Amino acid sequence: MTGDDRKISAYAHPERLVTTEWLAEQIEAGRVGGPDGIALLESDEDVLLYDTGHIPGALKIDWHLDLNDPVTRDYVDGARFAEVMGSRGIARDTTVVIYGDKSNWWAAYALWVFSLFGHEDVRLLDGGRAKWVTEGREVTREVPTPKQATYPVAERDDAPIRAFKDDVLAHLGKPLVDVRSPGEYSGELLHMPDYPQEGAMRGGHIPGAASVPWARAANDDGTFKSREDLEAIYLTEQGLSPDDDVVAYCRIGERSSHTWFVLTHLLGFESVRNYDGSWTEWGNAVRVPIEK
Amino acid sequence: MTATELPGPLAEIADDFRSASNDLKLQLLLEFSDELPALPERYAGQLDRLERVDECQTPLFLVVEVEQSSAAAERRVHLFFDAPAESPTTRGFAGILHAGLDGLSAEEVLAVPDDAPMRFGLADAVSPLRLRGMAAMLARIKRQVREKSAA
Repeated sequence: MTGDDRKISAYAHPERLVTTEWLAEQIEAGRVGGPDGIALLESDEDVLLYDTGHIPGALKIDWHLDLNDPVTRDYVDGARFAEVMGSRGIARDTTVVIYGDKSNWWAAYALWVFSLFGHEDVRLLDGGRAKWVTEGREVTREVPTPKQATYPVAERDDAPIRAFKDDVLAHLGKPLVDVRSPGEYSGELLHMPDYPQEGAMRGGHIPGAASVPWARAANDDGTFKSREDLEAIYLTEQGLSPDDDVVAYCRIGERSSHTWFVLTHLLGFESVRNYDGSWTEWGNAVRVPIEK
Repeated sequence: MTATELPGPLAEIADDFRSASNDLKLQLLLEFSDELPALPERYAGQLDRLERVDECQTPLFLVVEVEQSSAAAERRVHLFFDAPAESPTTRGFAGILHAGLDGLSAEEVLAVPDDAPMRFGLADAVSPLRLRGMAAMLARIKRQVREKSAA
């Protein structure tokens, strides 16, 4: 057992994370792609990054174009999700491994959306794209052509892991984790001279939210910190407990997906919801309470 | 030229994009990303001399030079960008603006309509949210041109 394997086996749900070494072995053994193989997906902030070169056998999934509804600010529905999955050769029982840029923000976001649809076996590649590339492993521009699979139209079940604004209002007083940068938490970062940022009318944070920037859960190489280190942050320092009802948020819900993954799958919290409306909704909403 | 038309080179690029399928649009954008010229020697390693564009998903740095000449029409604009290879979309937007605007006169650049980034049919291919980055670059380019050609 390597050190990475030992680290992963200590997590509450070790089956949710794979190492670059494990993935390389699966590719070598021909187990990635194909009707019964592992589906490998790249989910990046940058819509073109996959096209510049990706892990052999990987297909692109884009958080805007594939997972968000093109009109309403919401995720796609079950029918569209079934198309997205089927066209990538993914069946309901396929093992899906997702990786991406930015310490897996968008990979965690995609995993969280897959979870809204109840896809059982979906995992992250620890360290994401950057670790694979840094290790000098193979990348290719060759795009695989998966065989169409049949994916059922699964109803999206938001309630267990997704919070809406009204849910957050009802949640005030219970644990809230703001995973944005300290400047965003304090409200300073809204005062960009001349140029409004991806906008909110008001700065600050949701009352009672603790500031735990998402990056504290990651090592410099983008891998997740060990269970021990994560417990020191979220349990000891923040005083959270795995049976707490927690809501995490950021600006649009991508960085908080990373923290949602950490709390849910690495530390075994049973009730964590991601508030994807996040600050772009809260900071623009009329008469919601704000703390500075 | 009216303020609602794109200048020649940029208009040609916009036509190419608009007539392409979404997949092809991404390939075109990747080509612009690959072809974005590196910073010249005099700016290399000196990002503090460039303006940071925060609205791009990954910050991009840009600087504008305006040739100094007595005749306003001869004041040509030159554009320089720096964005990492890990941000091909941002680089692609910069590449489009470089190919479409570099070498035009200050007057022509200032006449580029602010909604130019919306005229490439890219909203469906890359999402409107991502296009904000290109609009932010254009706004800064025009502001720098205005400042640097005022003298």
